[in-house]
Amino acid sequence: MDYCPHTKDDIAQMQAAIGVKSIEELFADIPQKFRFREMPDVPSGLSEQETIALMSAIAARNQMPRLTLTGAGAYVHFIPSVVSHIVGRSEFYTAYTPYQAEISQGILQAIYEYQTMIAHLTGTEIANASMYDGASAMAEAAVLSAKMSNRSKIVVARSVHPQYRQVLKTYCWANGYTVTEVPYAASGQLDLAGLHSALDESVAAVIVQSPNFFGCLEDITPIADAAHAKGALLISGFTDGTSLGILKPAGACGADFVVGEGQSFGNPINYGGPYLGIFAAREKFLRRIPGRLAGATVDKNGKRGFVLTLQTREQHIRREKATSNICSNEALCALAACIYLAVLGTNLKKLAALNVNKAQYLKSRLLQIPGWKEVFSAPIYNEFTLCCPDARAVNEKLQAEGIIGAYDLQKDYPELKNTLLFCATEMLSKNDMDRVIEIIK
Amino acid sequence: MELIFEISKPGRSAANVSASDVPVVDVDHIIGRTYLRDDLDLPEVAEIDLVRHYTNLSRRNFGLDLGFYPLGSCTMKYNPKINENVAALPGFTGLHPDAPDAFAKGNLELMYDMQKLLSGIFGMADFTLQPAAGAHGELTGVMMIKKYFEKKGEKRHLILIPDAAHGTNPASGALCGFETVTLRSNPEGGVDLGHLESLMTEDVAALMLTNPNTLGLFERNIEKVAQIIHSRGGLLYGDGANANAFLGKARPGDLGFDVIQLNLHKTFSTPHGGGGPGSGPVGVCAGLVDYLPVPRIVKTDSGYGWSEQFPDTIGRVRAFYGNFNVIVKAYAYIRSLGAEGLARVTEMAVLNANYIKEKLKPYFDLPYDRICMHECVFSGNRQVEQNGVHTSDMAKRLIDFGYHPPTIYFPLIVHEAIMIEPTETESKETLDAFCEAMISIAREAEENPQRVKDSPLSTPVSRLDEVLAARKPDVCWKR
Amino acid sequence: MSKTNPTDRLYSKDHEWVKDNGDGTAVVGITDYAQEMLTDIVFVELPPVGKKVAQGEPVAVVESVKSVSDVYAPVSGEVINVNGELENAPDLINSDAFGKGWIATLKLADTDELKSLLSAANYDTLIKEEKH
Repeated sequence: MDYCPHTKDDIAQMQAAIGVKSIEELFADIPQKFRFREMPDVPSGLSEQETIALMSAIAARNQMPRLTLTGAGAYVHFIPSVVSHIVGRSEFYTAYTPYQAEISQGILQAIYEYQTMIAHLTGTEIANASMYDGASAMAEAAVLSAKMSNRSKIVVARSVHPQYRQVLKTYCWANGYTVTEVPYAASGQLDLAGLHSALDESVAAVIVQSPNFFGCLEDITPIADAAHAKGALLISGFTDGTSLGILKPAGACGADFVVGEGQSFGNPINYGGPYLGIFAAREKFLRRIPGRLAGATVDKNGKRGFVLTLQTREQHIRREKATSNICSNEALCALAACIYLAVLGTNLKKLAALNVNKAQYLKSRLLQIPGWKEVFSAPIYNEFTLCCPDARAVNEKLQAEGIIGAYDLQKDYPELKNTLLFCATEMLSKNDMDRVIEIIK
Repeated sequence: MELIFEISKPGRSAANVSASDVPVVDVDHIIGRTYLRDDLDLPEVAEIDLVRHYTNLSRRNFGLDLGFYPLGSCTMKYNPKINENVAALPGFTGLHPDAPDAFAKGNLELMYDMQKLLSGIFGMADFTLQPAAGAHGELTGVMMIKKYFEKKGEKRHLILIPDAAHGTNPASGALCGFETVTLRSNPEGGVDLGHLESLMTEDVAALMLTNPNTLGLFERNIEKVAQIIHSRGGLLYGDGANANAFLGKARPGDLGFDVIQLNLHKTFSTPHGGGGPGSGPVGVCAGLVDYLPVPRIVKTDSGYGWSEQFPDTIGRVRAFYGNFNVIVKAYAYIRSLGAEGLARVTEMAVLNANYIKEKLKPYFDLPYDRICMHECVFSGNRQVEQNGVHTSDMAKRLIDFGYHPPTIYFPLIVHEAIMIEPTETESKETLDAFCEAMISIAREAEENPQRVKDSPLSTPVSRLDEVLAARKPDVCWKR
Repeated sequence: MSKTNPTDRLYSKDHEWVKDNGDGTAVVGITDYAQEMLTDIVFVELPPVGKKVAQGEPVAVVESVKSVSDVYAPVSGEVINVNGELENAPDLINSDAFGKGWIATLKLADTDELKSLLSAANYDTLIKEEKH
């Protein structure tokens, strides 16, 4: 395929205008010994039809599951039909970053609406236009906290998503910060005594997640109090945004930063990406937070409009003084989230309640199977942790029936043998869940 | 236009959540009031009004499908629709990243093949597809450089960055604890070799070079540059944002680059999406492969699978594997163009940029009058001196002509910079029309400067007060 | 056109001014030329009272729409007062850089340092040279 419109005539005319006799003359600056390299391993081009056949064949080599019982940071939720129609409008998806505000009012206003809804959902005052994903958003909040306070220790709950903790460790290592982990208590929540002993005047931030990786809800207020008493900030994360439809947000319980994964808001599960990093904060951090911000203002006739504002925080101005280097973000995913939240509106509460019902049902039915036990006592949203006689066998049976089973916790928590993390969203019907029980029994 | 909140009305709804087919639980009891929120203030809008609202917003947005976007350094090439269609196949969108490898055969194969294709195109030993954007890739690359020296037991504190570099470069360096030292450019726009010699010590970890640079000029002395760096044990990082300039013509790996990052949303045609999502794969030479982020795809007898068994890895830079759906689009692009198509991309991109340069140089100051690569940089100095018409004014005036302005005020080393990158997907007619518009603006700047300073006049809003937005920031609507 | 540089004070080559109060303290700010270069100032990050700075170290940060600039202490000292008005009206630096746009008052650590600064006339010359 070839998207270059150039005819032979065009090329001849343009060469003449430039004053060269061949295209090759334009590459004279490349030292001879390096020029005109072949590209090994790159096959010849294909027609449109052939390309589609190729890509369809690759997609067909995947096995689409009948059901997915795993959450663990990525969630199968219902996406309203409206979302793809709006996100698929080429005025949105083929547009560049809205640096030229006058011709980008569409995306700027949508981002402003998104920021507003996210700030409200997270119980904070400000939210940026997106980060790469929940994990990197959490890591960037940690780095920012350390830079602002000039402290170099980060305390994180072990019940935070294992991959999020890995990303945190990588970012902290790069900046020379240390990470200390605090264990979970028998309830599944953060071990508060452990937190207190890890806290001192060298801690920049405490990081928790609620619901945490085990699905347990954390009681944020005492954690916030403990962190603040030592001059540390509290960063609270989440992985399924729909939980905010029903749960009290960490921002209302004292968190300084609320970060998380917005994939659940209208973005397909996409085998891990692109996702949507949510970054929200208290107002006082407005001039320090990373990422883009859409701000309301007026034009010279007093008409309301929107611009990217406070760009002086960003890399293209601050350069080495920037607290982040983020440039491209997940704008289109944020647009999808905005549409999703506008569609669901206050019904997000109903959706969240439905998730709760489904999880409670699946959990109670699983607990009826002999040998299956609850592991933690804390309340849950749509994910929960159970232990069983043979976790591997359970997933094998499910897989044989074309079902992606639950997340086996042992690989990340060696002490939790035969322990599975299940997720039940509104996408699992009663029949689906009954069928799962039949297979496992 | 009103905000979605302003057209909201209690009792309206666009959603219909299914009724529960399982027993309804008492949420207050099961979860407890401590954990429940008191209010949920989200829009209540009927679907038709919602659709009209966002459709109307889209019509206040300028996308590449509407018109020319000569943004230097952004490579705003046409976004092929076939890529959108194949990326939307349920097989690609519907799989959970934790699906057993046996479920994800197609995806694993695609990513593995993509790594191989990119390695061949750019002359590197291997790639990671994990970073979500170019800047993310830069950070990843600099982290690998840091790890490399850590493993060698060498404490190097400095990173050299040319004065023409993109802001993400020094920001990435600083985020890995490096101090940045600015490297001067010579009068021709290339690296000042003398300055480089004097700066290159054994305390320097790397030079971050964009080649061709942000002036659109190929580094003529690249061999010497690489030799100076390597002779003192340093590494050469390549910012591959400008890869559109050398596909099939040169390979960074051959030129001596040890690590490069790419921008799939630039060179490989995936849509910009109003700011993202992009994808920033990072390629490395053999000596840095061990430090690549995990998990990595390994090939076994039973097929492909994810593995974290790489003890020297820098770790992870995000959850899961990468912006997979973006990678799917770029993969379809590479396979559909093929080797010969990719080479033609570069040839036509460079032809287009040089054509514009020749047509506009009588009218605008051209700081570096030599063959450029895929982009050219002018200065608005002449117009400023004539009648105080700035580059920003001319950019806004271009909007009235139906174009998205070029990149302005970058790179920093050119005063009143105007950076134009047409890309290869624009026809000669489009380029001619654009040049005519630019020339008439230059004339206006001379004969009727106020007209230029007042623009844009044709847009839904006129020039917006950025100062107010920064002095009194309003980033969240309140009732 | 920049305002005339007042002769009742001294200047640094980084475009800060220092006005000696005669009692061991001095007021510092940035010059009118500096605010012209920065254009509309949107935010000023003031130092905390009590902060000790050495000559040439950053003492405040001034943000405009397009840039962020460090303000360097023209003399060493301890911050004993800051101009709180700048929090809500950063544009005071634009409209009155030498007066209402003052940034901080320092208790001087070493009055000899004043000798190394420029007079108004010498600062005038510096600006003229910079413009060419």
